[in-house]
Amino acid sequence: MADISYKDKGSILNPLKNLQFFGRKPVTEPLGPRPASKNYRGFHLNDWDACIGCGTCQKVCDNAAISMVRVPNAIEDPVKGIRPLRPAIDYGRCCWCALCVDVCPTAAISLSREYVHVCTEDQIDSYFMLPDASGMHGKPFAEGWAKTETTDLIDLERQEMPEMAPESRSDNFDEIVAGYDDQQALLEASRCVQCGMCHDACPTHMDAPEYIRAIWEGRAEDAVRWMYQSNPFSHVCGRVCTHRCETACSIGSRGTPIAIRWLKRYAMDKIDHEQVKAIAAEGKVDYLTGKRVAIIGAGPAGLTAAYDLVKKGHQVEVFEGLDKAGGMTRFGIPEYRMPYDKLDQDVDVITSLGVKIHYNCRIGQDRSMDELQNKFDAVVLAIGLQKGRSTRIPGSDHAQVRAAVDLLRMITLGEKFEIPKSAVVIGGGNVAMDIARSMARLQRQEYGEVRMTVTALEPRDQFLADPEEVKEALEEGVVILDSRGPQACTLDEEGRLNGLCTWRVLSIFDENHRFSPSYDDTDEQIHEGEIVIEAIGQMADIGLLGEDLTEALEWNRGRLQVDENGRTSEAWLWSAGDCVNGPDVVHAVADGHRVAASIDAYLGSQESVEAGA
Amino acid sequence: MRPENYQAKSHPPSNEYELFIGPNHPGIEGNYAFKLRLHGDTVIEGKADAGYLHRGFEKLMEGRLWIQNIALVPRICVPDPVPMEVAYSLAVEELCGLEVPERAQWIRVMQLELSRLASHLFTFGGHAATTGMYTPSYWGVADRDLILDLFEELSGGRVYHIFNIPGGIRRDIPEGFLERVSSTLDYIESRLPDYDNLLFTNQVFVTRAKDVGILNQEQALEWGVTGPNLRATGLTFDVRRDDPYLVYDQLEFEVAIESAGDAWARAMVRRKELLESIKIIRQVLARLPDIQGPVRAPIPNPLAWNVPAGEAYARVESSKGELAYYVVSNGGDKPYRVHVRGPSSMHAVQVLEWLSVGARIEDVAQIMFSLDACPPEVDR
Repeated sequence: MADISYKDKGSILNPLKNLQFFGRKPVTEPLGPRPASKNYRGFHLNDWDACIGCGTCQKVCDNAAISMVRVPNAIEDPVKGIRPLRPAIDYGRCCWCALCVDVCPTAAISLSREYVHVCTEDQIDSYFMLPDASGMHGKPFAEGWAKTETTDLIDLERQEMPEMAPESRSDNFDEIVAGYDDQQALLEASRCVQCGMCHDACPTHMDAPEYIRAIWEGRAEDAVRWMYQSNPFSHVCGRVCTHRCETACSIGSRGTPIAIRWLKRYAMDKIDHEQVKAIAAEGKVDYLTGKRVAIIGAGPAGLTAAYDLVKKGHQVEVFEGLDKAGGMTRFGIPEYRMPYDKLDQDVDVITSLGVKIHYNCRIGQDRSMDELQNKFDAVVLAIGLQKGRSTRIPGSDHAQVRAAVDLLRMITLGEKFEIPKSAVVIGGGNVAMDIARSMARLQRQEYGEVRMTVTALEPRDQFLADPEEVKEALEEGVVILDSRGPQACTLDEEGRLNGLCTWRVLSIFDENHRFSPSYDDTDEQIHEGEIVIEAIGQMADIGLLGEDLTEALEWNRGRLQVDENGRTSEAWLWSAGDCVNGPDVVHAVADGHRVAASIDAYLGSQESVEAGA
Repeated sequence: MRPENYQAKSHPPSNEYELFIGPNHPGIEGNYAFKLRLHGDTVIEGKADAGYLHRGFEKLMEGRLWIQNIALVPRICVPDPVPMEVAYSLAVEELCGLEVPERAQWIRVMQLELSRLASHLFTFGGHAATTGMYTPSYWGVADRDLILDLFEELSGGRVYHIFNIPGGIRRDIPEGFLERVSSTLDYIESRLPDYDNLLFTNQVFVTRAKDVGILNQEQALEWGVTGPNLRATGLTFDVRRDDPYLVYDQLEFEVAIESAGDAWARAMVRRKELLESIKIIRQVLARLPDIQGPVRAPIPNPLAWNVPAGEAYARVESSKGELAYYVVSNGGDKPYRVHVRGPSSMHAVQVLEWLSVGARIEDVAQIMFSLDACPPEVDR
């Protein structure tokens, strides 16, 4: 490094060096607006159409400059995960760090290149702004710091769930999904931004943000405690829930949603069963009210109501027509999705609180509704949808045409029946997939090959079944044909059923959106099958009510009419679950809570002197 | 009756008086005050009076998520914010075992050196102004502005860049950025002879700054003086060379020293470092196009990020001296304790108080500027 000489005192002509500056450009900046750089972090922009009001920006803001404000005319849709809230920014606090931009799950928020804000004295409070897509003051701002693929601070990719390969699972009923280990669960839980969209979307409003946080903090026991606040079927919902939480999850707006269902399952599997029982019993009153409640049907709705009521000190008896509890979660869902031992644990937790279940007791045969009405203070009808609907096409009354729910029940009960070498399923929902995949397993066990055909009315992209179910069914060798409308069951000369005739579907609904399929009869196919299985929906078996009661009750299009608390037109009778809402386990749980709250309010939960004594 | 332990209040001799400089004094860098006791024009005692910028940074950091602190740290030294961001990030990365991608390391070096240039340009202008020469401060600030333009383009912020985060940097450099850095460097290099003519070899400045505020090496080491102030006493110590971080071990540069230990020597060290920084950035510009890849290691969701329990001490060479972050985590989502070991608290308190004794009143401001302290960092 050359030294800079300071000892040279210089010549007398040195000042003349300054003349060179006449020839140089001055560094003076011109007056006027100076355009900011492309990446500038100026005032906020927010695309209101993309913004879902999740409030993640508010959480990451290090100066608490962001408030979520309710805006008029914004969409509110908890099912899709949209809140009518938008971030408003206090520019007296904002430091323009743009962390809000980098964590925004939807990429709605960005910063502009605008940095000048002038206000008059009467607008002095205008430091508080609600930016929209064009900035503020209705003056369009150019976009500055915005999110790109590489600047995202949110983890959009889900932890992969280990599963059995198709070849090892397709001849047995072992559970396919292995469940997360500790590390995977922690990583998955750490993706959550705690926006609570899942809580809003869940029919029973499970505290998913809290239990995900507890899992992330390694407190699985607390996670279970949070779950039992709102769902005593956490083993079941950790496996087969329709997970509306994940549909609403804000991370899902650009990535894969948090695997909330698998996290629930992880916490439930992690905690010892006896401990779960102790947690479930927390908050149970230590007295009896002396009131008695009868519940018909030991499915999720009935047992949830029983769980709530018994914790309030009521005496609850459940009447179940079959020899095991669980309802459709046991007799409708195959074991490879919902292992029976886990279901037994959920039921055991509920019975351990003092709920009495009478098995093999059919109301209408073994006992009558009158008897229940007289002996109990309140009765809950939670009978589910047990009867399969029929297509009523020619030949559908043939003995070899079976309802999917009946077959699924027989498989669960272990009843012997002749396994068909080939079969055709009508329907494109989850039940159709369940029976097709169950039958495929039995065929592979019995004959070593699968000859199952599923024919659905809908085109593939509109299937009612979960895409995962369809994918796994295909992997297991089931043939799935879409847009096929059933016309007739075909019989051979000896009157044995040998297949199903279908036409190609042109449209399913008419111009008034009514169900009225139209077909192309030139495109006819015969699908070979020894039996035809109908899986097009279920209905309630209301024969147990008896004629007088059926007459006395109010009905709405074949379903029992209930008020917002699940109470029927008869003051002593409530109804809950699938028979009211249609098939869905978590809705049934929510319904169970609802009727339990209504019954508890009706009965009163004071300690009874006689019962206590 | 007077109590037994009564002592009459002692008054200073009548030929002594007190003077208060600051907190908004043109001769003071930032909001900082200095109390002087003078005898005539000679300082008998100097007392630093800090606290005008106190915001409790270290305490504030304990209440914020790991990621949120990146918006806070640059405020601890406004003229030279990048070392703050980098040192904090290095400490957190050490705790987490995060491997910073190579490209990010090179870009961090470029930012650190640009920040050093900007800071030195700012400082020598201020130093000149305390000797009554105002042109260098205009020139220095105008040329520093060109570097701020580069930072604006890179990070979106001219002063608070908030660009380095644990794991790397927030985004890659914009297209054509390296060419613009290169042309700005060419311009600043072409200005160096002008600065020399105007200031560093100008006899007005040399005469004023020579033999003012002499710090000897022994005293400097005892008080933990670092950076240009230490190197001006003839000791070649530089964290970049002696405890390399990032990719400094792959770069060629000289550690600028002077031996006089006075205000002039300190100014000259910074003058020489301008050229060294330009040389370092040019090496980065040459290497960077060959180093492709990500600029940030994957980091967890900022809202659910627990840093493993432990403690880390990361130090870098800032324009003012050795800057270190001592970060302690108890395994939570926020730091348990952060301590900023900055150079300014030594330079602006003990060193300044000591050097001002015996100095003439007109040199006090010059001594302060020649030490290049950063008041918010004293107050952290």
